[in-house]
Amino acid sequence: MTIDPEHIRNFSIIAHIDHGKSTLADRLIQFTGALSQREMKEQVLDNMDIERERGITIKAQTVRLDYTAKDGQKYILNLMDTPGHVDFAYEVSRSLSACEGSILVVDASQGVEAQTLANVYQAVEHDHEIVTVLNKIDLPAAEPEQVAQQVEDVIGIDATDAVYASAKSGIGIEDILEAIVEKLAPPDAGDSEAPLKALLVDAWYDAYLGVIVLFRVLDGVVKKGMRIRMMSTNASYVVDRVGVFRPKIETVDELGPGEIGFLTASIKQVADAAVGETITEEKRPTKEALPGFRPVQPVVFCGIFPVDAADFEDLRAAVGKLRLNDASFSYEMETSAALGFGFRCGFLGLLHLEIIQERLSREFDLDLIATAPSVVYELTMTDGTKTYLHNPADMPDPVKIESIAEPWIRATILTPDEYIGPILKLCQDRRGIQQDMSYAGSRAMLVYDLPLNEVVFDFYDRLKSISKGYASFDYTVEENRIGDLVKMSVLVNAEPVDALSMMVHRSQAENRGRIMVEKLKDLIPRHMFKIPIQAALGGRVIARETISAMRKDVTAKCYGGDATRKRKLLDKQKAGKKKMRQFGKVEIPQSAFIAALKMDGD
Amino acid sequence: MPALLGLYIHWPYCSHICPYCDFNVRRDRGRDTDFLVDAIIADIAGNAIRMDEPRALTSLAFGGGTPSRLHASQINRILDAAECSFGFLPGIEISLEANPADNQGDCFKSFAALGINRLSLGIQSLNAQELQFLGRDHSPKEALRALDFAVKHFSSVSADFIYGLPGQQPHHWQESLQEIMALGLEHLSLYCLSIEPRTVFAKRHKQGLLTPLEDDLVADLYQCAQNMTAEHRMNAYETSNHAASISARSVHNLLYWQGDDWIGVGPGAHGRLSIQGQRQELATYCRPQDYAKAVSENGWGIQLQNALTPQQDLAERIVLGLRLRDGIHLEQLQDRAGASISRKNLSELIAGGFLRLNNHYLQATKPLLVDRIASELLC
Repeated sequence: MTIDPEHIRNFSIIAHIDHGKSTLADRLIQFTGALSQREMKEQVLDNMDIERERGITIKAQTVRLDYTAKDGQKYILNLMDTPGHVDFAYEVSRSLSACEGSILVVDASQGVEAQTLANVYQAVEHDHEIVTVLNKIDLPAAEPEQVAQQVEDVIGIDATDAVYASAKSGIGIEDILEAIVEKLAPPDAGDSEAPLKALLVDAWYDAYLGVIVLFRVLDGVVKKGMRIRMMSTNASYVVDRVGVFRPKIETVDELGPGEIGFLTASIKQVADAAVGETITEEKRPTKEALPGFRPVQPVVFCGIFPVDAADFEDLRAAVGKLRLNDASFSYEMETSAALGFGFRCGFLGLLHLEIIQERLSREFDLDLIATAPSVVYELTMTDGTKTYLHNPADMPDPVKIESIAEPWIRATILTPDEYIGPILKLCQDRRGIQQDMSYAGSRAMLVYDLPLNEVVFDFYDRLKSISKGYASFDYTVEENRIGDLVKMSVLVNAEPVDALSMMVHRSQAENRGRIMVEKLKDLIPRHMFKIPIQAALGGRVIARETISAMRKDVTAKCYGGDATRKRKLLDKQKAGKKKMRQFGKVEIPQSAFIAALKMDGD
Repeated sequence: MPALLGLYIHWPYCSHICPYCDFNVRRDRGRDTDFLVDAIIADIAGNAIRMDEPRALTSLAFGGGTPSRLHASQINRILDAAECSFGFLPGIEISLEANPADNQGDCFKSFAALGINRLSLGIQSLNAQELQFLGRDHSPKEALRALDFAVKHFSSVSADFIYGLPGQQPHHWQESLQEIMALGLEHLSLYCLSIEPRTVFAKRHKQGLLTPLEDDLVADLYQCAQNMTAEHRMNAYETSNHAASISARSVHNLLYWQGDDWIGVGPGAHGRLSIQGQRQELATYCRPQDYAKAVSENGWGIQLQNALTPQQDLAERIVLGLRLRDGIHLEQLQDRAGASISRKNLSELIAGGFLRLNNHYLQATKPLLVDRIASELLC
C-alpha cells in the first residue's frame, strides 16, 4: 500500500558553505527521532571524509523523517541534501526536480552569498515554495532583520515569514518543521497503477550493496523483484532491494508516487545509473522519458601523473576505481615528455577536480602531480571540420585552423562594496565582460561573462585574496566563443618544451610569457653554461630570460677521509638525475615542471 | 707505476670544538689519552700484518682534531711503531697539524727533533674579529709567534686560512691576502668556509643567525686568491692548496688526490688500500673507546671494510684527481680502477670546454666547478 502523497513533503536545503546546512539537517533528524542521541554523529549526511572535512556535499543524500505536526497529522518528510557547489549544478537541478520545496538557510550574520543565489534561483525555476531560515540568530553579530531584507532585495523572495533559528543551539527547529508542512506543496498525486516513471536523482557505489540508486517516483510503484529499465541506455535490471534512509537503511516493500527512496539492482558501475535518467518498468514502459536528461560533460581538464613513474599502474587502478563511483569524472591515458605516463582527466569544474585529486592521493595513497587545469578548445579547421583540443601540445598547424573558440562562463560575484574596485579590475584583466552590477545595502552583485580559461588558473584565489575572503563567486558554463587564441611555446636553451606550452589569448600572451620565463628562471637550476629561456608565439619570441652560468660547485676541503662521502654524493646525484628531464643539454627537475605548470596568473 | 703508501693518524682531541668543524673531533677533558696511543700503535701493527706484501711509507701524517696536543713521547712511540711495522722510505714526509695556541714551551722544537719535518699551522685568519667569529682560541699575534717557531724548526711549513666569511667583501679578502703573502710561506691552504651539517654554524644558519655568502661572491673571492697567489708565484696546485714549488707540495695529500694507497689509524680514520688486487674502502670506529676496544678484540680498529666496484673506485679517483691542476693520468686512472670513463661524457665535456686532455692528463679547466664536472663525467 502506497502512502497518500498529501502526507508527503519533499524538500531540499539550500545554503552556502558554513551557513549551517548540515547542522540544521542533523537537528531535524534528531528532533523527529530518526536517530537516537547515541547514533548521532556530527553531520550525519556527509558520508565521505572529504565531505565532512570540507563541509561540502558531493553526493545527494536523503533522509526520511516521520513528523507528527501540530495539526495532529502524521507526515513523511523527505529531506534531500543536495550538492551545494556549482560544479554539480546539473546534479543539483535533478535533485531539485525531485522536490516540491526548499529551505533556504542564510547565516543571519553573513547574509546571502553567490552560491546560495545560484541554487535558490534554480529552486525558483523548479517552482519550489521556499521557506527562508535565518540561521545563527544567537550570534552576537546576527542581524536577522537586515538579512531578511537582503533576501528580499537580492533574491526577490518574500522573507516576511522567515523562521529565526539556530541549528547549533536547537532554536526554531519545530517552527521549521511546521513551516515545511504548512507552506510546502505535497507532491503530485501521480498514478500508482500507471507504468513506473521515476527520476534517478543520484547513484553511488557501496562496498556491500553495490550501486545504490536514489530515485523519486512520479507514477507507478517500485518493488523488489521487479524488472526495471533505464530509458536512456535501455539496460534492464532486476530490483533486489527497495528502501529508504532514516538515515540508516530501512528496506520497504514498495515505494509509490511522491516517495523518495533507493533501490539496488546488481548494477555494476555508477556510470550505468546516470543522474537524470528515467527509470521505468521492463514489461510496460512509460511512454515518455522525463525532460532534462543530459549526459555528463566535463568542463575542466588537467593531467595527473604519478610522482614516481613506477606508480603508474597503481594510478591506473585508482582512476578506474574512482570512475566506478563517479561517472562525471573521465580520463584517458596521456604521455608527457616532462612527466612520463599519466592521465588526462576531465572534471565538472574546479572543485570537482580538487576533490578527485584529493581522493586519489588520500584513498589510494598516491603521490601525484597535477598539471595546471585547462579547458577544451573548439577548433574549426579551414576545411570546415571541427576538432577539440584538450592539450596545447596537440595543437595542429595554425595555417590549417580557421578559428578557435573557448568556453565562456557567466559569473556572479557578491562582495562587500569596498572591494568592488579591485574585483572589477580582476575581471577586466581576465577579459571579462560586465553584464550587470547592482547593490543591496553595502553589498554589490556583479555579473560578468568570463572565458573559463581565465578562471581555471587562479581566479578564485585572487578574488578571495583581494576581498580578504569576503567575496563569493559562482558560475554557469555558457557557450563557446571564438577568440584570438594562440599557442604559446616555451624554449629552454632553444629547445621547445612541449609540456610547458599553453593556449593563451593574444592580448595576454606577453604577460603570461613573461611570468612563465621569470618563473622558470628561478626553477631551473644553474648549469655550467648560460641558458636562455624564451616564450614564443610561432617563431616570434615574446619574452626572454637568461639563467647565468654556475660559477662554483666545489668542496673546499677534500682529503682521504672525504672520498666516501663524495662518492655517495655522486650516487645521489645520479639518482637525482633520474628525476630530471633532459631537454637538449639542459636538465629540468621534475619539480620545476610541477611548479611551472601550476603557474598562476599573477 | 705502483701506488705509493701513506699512513694517516687521526688524533680526535681538541681543546675546544670550532663552530665550523664537522670532523670526528672530541673535546679534550684532560683525561689520560695513553689508551688511545696504545690502540693506535696496535692498530698500526695490525694493519701492517694484513698487507699483501711489505710496503714502506712515503708519508706519515698526523691530523685531527689537534695532534699538536699529543705529547712528544706519545708521538715518538707512534713513529717508532710505524717505522718498525712498515719502514720509512728515504725522504719520507712526516707532517703534523698544529694549533697556534698549542705551542706551549716550544713543543714544536721537540716535535722536530722526533723527525717531524712538515708542520701545518691552523692560523685561519690574521684578523682578530674573524678569529673570534671562527671560534678560534688564538689571537693574530699568537699565530704569528707560533709561525715564527714553526719556520725556525721545520723545513716545510704550511698555514691554513679560511675565507668566505659572512659579510666578507673582495677588498677585505684582498687585504688579508696581502698580509698572508707577506708571511713568505712556501705552502698555503686557502679554504672557503662551508657550512657543514651538524655544526654550530649549521644551527645558526638554520636559525637565520648566519647568512652564508652567495656562490657568485665566493667565486669572486676565489678569483682574488688565484690572482694574488699567482702574482707571488704561489699558484694553486689543488683547488685550495698553493705551493711555491713542486717540492713544497704536500706529499701526503697528493697521495689522496693521485689515487695512491693510504692507511688510516685512530678513531674515524679512512683508508684506501689494494688488497689482493681490489680497492678496499676502510674506516675505523669513530668513538675513541669503541676504536680501542675493536683494536684489542680484532687486532685492528676497522669498523667498515668494503670492496669498491671498479665504477666506485673510478668515481672516487675522478672526484679527487680533478682537483689537481695537473689533473689525473687518464690511462693510469682507468687502469688502476679497472673501469673506463664514458667516451660520450668525456667528449661532451671536452667539447664544452670544461675538460682538456694535456699529454695524457685529464684536467678540469674550471677549478671552481670540479665537483660538477666530475658529476657530469660520471653520471
